[in-house]
Amino acid sequence: MKIPSENEMKKALYDRIGKEHQRKFEDTTVAVCGLGGLGSNIAISLARAGIGKLILIDFDKIDITNLNRQQYKFCQIGRYKTDALLENIKEISPYTKIQTHTVKLNENNYYTLLSPADIICEAFDAAEEKSKLVDFVMEKMADKYLVAASGMAGLGSANSIKTKKITNYFYLCGDGVSDVGNGDTLYSSRVMLCASHQAHTVLRIISEKFDI
Amino acid sequence: MVRINGMEKDVSNMSLKEYLLTTDYNLTRIAVERNGNIVPKSQYDLTILNDGDTIEIVSFVGGG
Repeated sequence: MKIPSENEMKKALYDRIGKEHQRKFEDTTVAVCGLGGLGSNIAISLARAGIGKLILIDFDKIDITNLNRQQYKFCQIGRYKTDALLENIKEISPYTKIQTHTVKLNENNYYTLLSPADIICEAFDAAEEKSKLVDFVMEKMADKYLVAASGMAGLGSANSIKTKKITNYFYLCGDGVSDVGNGDTLYSSRVMLCASHQAHTVLRIISEKFDI
Repeated sequence: MVRINGMEKDVSNMSLKEYLLTTDYNLTRIAVERNGNIVPKSQYDLTILNDGDTIEIVSFVGGG
């Protein structure tokens, strides 16, 4: 199969969404912090929507236990999530610009790695990491939008996953309570619901639809 | 009175940190919004709760 040209890919989006609106997506850079069940799904949704540039950050490698919910394939087990997700996105959307950082995000590199982004998605696993990133971005990177997630484990109702607007720059998706630490496992369907809330919130922010 | 997660509480003039220590929140797993802005953890003890403040405490749980 021949790879479609960049113009063909763009025209397909312009015809459906409108050139002016789509250009806003093309001009946006989104950072995805953590490439597990949330992050891998967020990144793919954003690439499909035609977001111009993605910054993908994760230190970890793909494990067989990730395949029940994360957007990787068995043949990618053992590889870095950054490399594998870049490959998977390029197969869907060959002209999305992608920068990868195979590192653990922390107070020493948040600023350097995240400052090129217009919008930051928090997609970590650990509650403490979520909390630290929110504090840092809200204090030190006050012009960025942050879309975070909390509570998507288990078989609770799909309808309990919601998006809340906490401040003008901080949105939080999830049910707020379903902790993976309480013995509940993560199901692809419910994690994807939460990831979709996050990705959709990003598209709405770019489209200046700031309400929820 | 200070409105915290929708409930009126008589905690004016306490620091945010003093208030949080009276609750069950794990301070490493929360974000605190005060009158539209996030208060970073480094400011909890310097932030004095004023009459009329609106506070929302968000608890993070694991999974992602």
